[in-house]
Amino acid sequence: MNKQVELKNKRIIASKHVKLGQKNRMDQTYTDINDIFFKAEQTPNFLTGSEVIREAIKRCSVGTSVAYPITPQSEAAALIGEIYAEGYLDEYFRGESEFAVMGQCAGAAFGGHRVFTTTAGPGTLRAMENFPMWAGARLPIQVCVTCRGVNSPLSIQPDTLEMYYLLETGMLVWHAETAQDLFDFIMKGFIVAEQPDVHVPIAVCCDGFFVTHTKDTVDLPPLDLTLTPYDPYQNPQPVMDMETSPIRMMRDPFVMKSNYISYATHASWQQEIKAAVERSRKHTIPLLDGLIDEYNADRELLIVASGTAVSQSREAIRLLEEEGIKVGLVKIKTIRPFPTEEIRRVTKHAKHIFVPEFNVVGWLAREIKAIIPDNERVYVGPHVCGGMTMPSEVIVEQIKIQLGMETTPLRM
Amino acid sequence: MSKEKIQICEDLADVMPPEYQELVATATYGNQDRGWKDIGSSKELIEQHSLCAGCPESIAFRYILASLPAPEDTVFVGSTGCTSLVFPHVAVHNIHSLFGNQNAIASGLKRTLKSRFPDVEKDVVVLAGDGATVDIGLDMTMQSWFRLEKFTTICFDNELYANTGGQESGLMQKGFVAKMAPKGKNFEKVRLAEIAREAGCAYVAVLTVSKPNRVEQAIKNAIYVAREVGPSFVQLYTPCILEIGKQSMEGLDEMKDSETIGGRFVQKEYITDEAQKLLDSIKEETKARKKAAKEAKKSVNA
Repeated sequence: MNKQVELKNKRIIASKHVKLGQKNRMDQTYTDINDIFFKAEQTPNFLTGSEVIREAIKRCSVGTSVAYPITPQSEAAALIGEIYAEGYLDEYFRGESEFAVMGQCAGAAFGGHRVFTTTAGPGTLRAMENFPMWAGARLPIQVCVTCRGVNSPLSIQPDTLEMYYLLETGMLVWHAETAQDLFDFIMKGFIVAEQPDVHVPIAVCCDGFFVTHTKDTVDLPPLDLTLTPYDPYQNPQPVMDMETSPIRMMRDPFVMKSNYISYATHASWQQEIKAAVERSRKHTIPLLDGLIDEYNADRELLIVASGTAVSQSREAIRLLEEEGIKVGLVKIKTIRPFPTEEIRRVTKHAKHIFVPEFNVVGWLAREIKAIIPDNERVYVGPHVCGGMTMPSEVIVEQIKIQLGMETTPLRM
Repeated sequence: MSKEKIQICEDLADVMPPEYQELVATATYGNQDRGWKDIGSSKELIEQHSLCAGCPESIAFRYILASLPAPEDTVFVGSTGCTSLVFPHVAVHNIHSLFGNQNAIASGLKRTLKSRFPDVEKDVVVLAGDGATVDIGLDMTMQSWFRLEKFTTICFDNELYANTGGQESGLMQKGFVAKMAPKGKNFEKVRLAEIAREAGCAYVAVLTVSKPNRVEQAIKNAIYVAREVGPSFVQLYTPCILEIGKQSMEGLDEMKDSETIGGRFVQKEYITDEAQKLLDSIKEETKARKKAAKEAKKSVNA
């Protein structure tokens, strides 16, 4: 399992790109990510989540973005079109379906571009066959998933069920709580995903509407700084541009061969993808300041959550505090890789662990139950679904019920 | 890529496989007049293949690879099927990602290569079977033509799903009894060439692979048009001798029969005026270049 990393003075390896310090056609200076986040002055801006996606992509030196409308990501995808028209990206177009869009993204990444796209809910599921393909082909594409319900009857409402489907695709899966997280995760996500020893795709997820369609104050680095470009030749696989020798890859294709070497090749490759996701920890920890955030995590009552469920929990904790009930909070930022050691450590003294979630299955609770001792401590919930909000009072009530305390019925 | 990039570092020359040494020594990289006649005398970009003995697809692969105007700057996009068993043997960069998404991959790839190498013409060529092109992938095939994406799509039409064991496909002829069409296919062979023409392809060709010179011309035309004008499409009949009950040596006859008058694969082309103009000018240039080369040779000999 992952070892604890001392965070003090840790920084992700600085970019050595030849264009570092040079200017692009938008007069932005290619800058190392450490300097963008830890040296440059950050200025508060009041923006919607969709605008935050636009602001992040303006500073990411993206080559290609492919768009397709689906609520609640349509606005962000269209805003990226606007900055493409201004000159921030090299290529941008509308695909014909999410399955095709993810293929177009793959083509652009095979050819050596930094690639960004957005999707949501049914779109994520329609695109699903592509995600393990991206991972297997080691394409560090970033997809921003603005989570939405995937059920029938038709729904456009927020719901994080789709993230559950992404967990074993071989992608990095990060979950933003706020618009600030979303901005930071998009920019930092490219850098982590593109490290030569990682080089797998990343899904930066946020809760649709709650994050995309609300306004929040977000600290932004100056617009005249942009990430150093993606260097395709750092790819552990050959870039498909005929700029490297076209050796015949093998004498016998591994597909359909029923022999040991074929099985061993596939097996080791699958393990390598999993290992690559694990190796992302060391780059992620300094950039995100750990895979989790903890607040009074030594308390006996603990809430562990990700996404906007964290925000609701913060308020629930304040309400409980007024009644003298002290609850700690753990915010999980990366679902893949999962912060196994971190969660084991922070839950060591907890007697009750609550996992509020915006989906019907309670997948985050399952993930936690699977890795900690005495997992009957985990209370799966409260969870809401179908686009329902999760008032802080619901979390308060559930905690009280679990503790055998009297509650007053909630009026919604 | 220039031919220099495939050169072997001297210290490692003795450990490089003989195929690679031959590639460096005798491949036709960089010769813009390369063609099917180089097969057998120059290093080919494919040696072995893992297809059935006598499979017309294998010879189609040889003709196509020999006809590429610039293999040193060509990237192939394949799909799932018999072709995906061959690509790992091919000495040109190639992508296999999923079944049916080949034209989506090629769209992203071509735009990226254009953006990364504005001064070099990087040819992108899709090569997929009829199931991938017409059935599962028709959406993406046609949408790439609607968008006028500048790459070439080649369809190996064997009129069925060969790799999975002979199931009905959209390009199968009406009435043919196959797996999943136990009473015979009950609708006509999809008219893909006409769809391609209407969807925006500037150059469309339908033919068999019985005559290598014709294949060479169609492939070259398609790639030249894709560089300058717009999308191009070549549909090649590569019968699956196994699934239509023929012997290894009968593939050629099957193709010849199907291209005679009244057959399903009588050679045809649809060319826009703009594409025709381009092809005519290239023809003139090639003629002049070959003539000049001949003169130069003569004068050297004299």
